[in-house]
Amino acid sequence: MGNPLPRWPELRELTRHRTLAFLRQPEAVFWVFAFPMVLAAVLGFAFQGGERAPSVVGMLAGDPAWRAALEADELIEVEVYATREEADQRLRGGHVDLLALGDGERPDLRLDPVRAEAELARLRVLVAIGELAPLEIEKVEEKGSRYVDFLFPGLLGMNLMGTGLWAIGFAVADMRQRKVLKRLLVTPMRRASFLASFMLSRLLFLFGEVVLLTAFGVWVLDIPLRANLLVFGALCTLGAVGFAGLGLLAASRVKTIEGVSGMLNLVMMPMWLGSGVFFTYERFPEVIQPVLRALPLTALNDALRATMLDGAGFGGILPELTVLVIWTVLPFVVALKIFRWA
Amino acid sequence: MTQLALKATGLVKRFGDLVAVNGLDLEVRAGTCLALLGPNGAGKTTAIEMIEGLQRPDEGTIEVLGRTWKSDANGIRERIGVQLQETRLQEKVTARETLTLFASFYDETRDLDEVLEMVGMTEKKDARVENLSGGQHQRLTLACALVSDPDLLFLDEPTTGLDPQARRRVWEIVETFKSGGGSVLLTTHYMEEAERLADEVVIVDAGKMIARGTPASVIGDLHADSIVELFPKEGGLDRLTDAALLALPGVTEVRREGATYTLVVDDTQASVASLLTHLNEVGVELHSLQTHAPTLEDVFVALTGKHLRDG
Ligand SMILES: Nc1ncnc2c1ncn2[C@@H]1O[C@H](COP(=O)(O)OP(=O)(O)OP(=O)(O)O)[C@@H](O)[C@H]1O
Ligand SMILES: [Mg+2]
Repeated sequence: MGNPLPRWPELRELTRHRTLAFLRQPEAVFWVFAFPMVLAAVLGFAFQGGERAPSVVGMLAGDPAWRAALEADELIEVEVYATREEADQRLRGGHVDLLALGDGERPDLRLDPVRAEAELARLRVLVAIGELAPLEIEKVEEKGSRYVDFLFPGLLGMNLMGTGLWAIGFAVADMRQRKVLKRLLVTPMRRASFLASFMLSRLLFLFGEVVLLTAFGVWVLDIPLRANLLVFGALCTLGAVGFAGLGLLAASRVKTIEGVSGMLNLVMMPMWLGSGVFFTYERFPEVIQPVLRALPLTALNDALRATMLDGAGFGGILPELTVLVIWTVLPFVVALKIFRWA
Repeated sequence: MTQLALKATGLVKRFGDLVAVNGLDLEVRAGTCLALLGPNGAGKTTAIEMIEGLQRPDEGTIEVLGRTWKSDANGIRERIGVQLQETRLQEKVTARETLTLFASFYDETRDLDEVLEMVGMTEKKDARVENLSGGQHQRLTLACALVSDPDLLFLDEPTTGLDPQARRRVWEIVETFKSGGGSVLLTTHYMEEAERLADEVVIVDAGKMIARGTPASVIGDLHADSIVELFPKEGGLDRLTDAALLALPGVTEVRREGATYTLVVDDTQASVASLLTHLNEVGVELHSLQTHAPTLEDVFVALTGKHLRDG
């Protein structure tokens, strides 16, 4: 199988080759570096809230006793309809959260109790007409508890997964399809140098990727970075290398770009959904949660959140690190075994 | 005893029921060029890739530059240069960057600019691969094969798909390499290529050798003075028979293909004279009549009844 150690001049040239090929593809650079920032910014600002959105309450024309109270409440926006048909139709379409009907002392409420917005509107109506006394509340304003604080580490994790898998998987399949892999085989190049060059170029990009994204998050979105930077850096590196190994495995036998695309989507799809990027995986049924927690992206996301938001050290993320190490070693070893060179 | 750059005996390669290479023996003497000549699917690529160590032969032995793949694979790789049938190099890097990469694999290499000069790519050295023409790309892959200053060069259909001018440039590069003492194993289905570059040709069909020797001797084995092709006018073809044509003096072989008759003759003057007389007697008018000196293509057709290239 040849010498298992990479050789420097060829490792350097192979890495340079990879890096140049990547940097000279503006689309690739955009998807790796700019897109996650745009996504984080858009989603972050969209869900930042700031103002509390009012509940929309529909009613029929008329002047029942409770109308003034509703209209006076700044958390309630009243829509008046001419007919009951129209009102029902607006409710069905979700344009209003509930209908307040009747002309008695208190309104009769018509709503879908399963919808959270409808329940919220009901409570606000009750408060407005004096049926429910508001309690004293203390507003949470601490950094790290907004939706964007939850989202950002997930996006970082997702980006590490995407670029790791694609950068390796795509490049290998492309080289195989172009017969470049075969051409390299008839040179004295060490296979170890070839594989190491993928890891090395991945680490080079990783550095830029993580620094850029994190800086953007911290400065623009005001995300806390409470962890020791060493712990945070090591975690990102482990995640990147792990996904690089998985990318290598995905591409170890496929012959075409199409083949590897399908394979990578198959690998990534469950993790996009189930690894807690956009919403917590704790909403999934109890029985599948151990499975979700064993996915590499779940482990990476949980660990990123723990380090960034809670300032956890190595000790606090041991289970996640264990999962990541297993996902780093296993695919790499299997990939080396089954890799199709020619 | 002459030195052998390459010796392969009894090569066999099967893909399921298909026997792609069926008992091939090949020898390349140091400093010479051997051409494997054969039609599509003859097994040329399979044979050359077994010798390059890319495919494992089912049977047979291979010795390259006095070594075997088992005993010294890296020793072989250091000293051979390979151009595969179809490699499409990374598009985003330049010609010179590509060459630098390939050079980094070898212990000893030639000067890169010298290699670029040799393949006529000096002006294009900073152009990205994606902007190279087919001929330039082919010369760049040749440069990658030459960068280590190899003793033995493998070329799998180096000029397929190139226009005549680009083809001639590739030939000149190979000739330069040979004049420096290098050995070459070449596959092709262009007989002009084999005739120009090869000291020896091996004609293969369906994985088997069907003729071997110098181009001149293989052509000589046809015992033909020339090849005569006649294109009769409408209706004329029916008045000609194989037997009648074969009975003419000097005609050794007769073949009818579509609207054409091809005769192999060993005495051009006598044959053509009597052929014209015969055509007059049976009342056949001609569109045209052509004679040419026999080529490897004619040898191939005579041996297999097929053409080297489709058609
Ligand atoms: N990996 C493979 N699996 C199955 N059959 C194969 C494989 N490689 C080659 N063959 C078959 O073996 C035969 C010889 O193929 P080969 O590529 O060696 O021909 P060739 O002489 O190089 O043809 P061409 O002039 O078209 O390049 C063909 O019939 C081909 O279809
Ligand atoms: Mg071929």
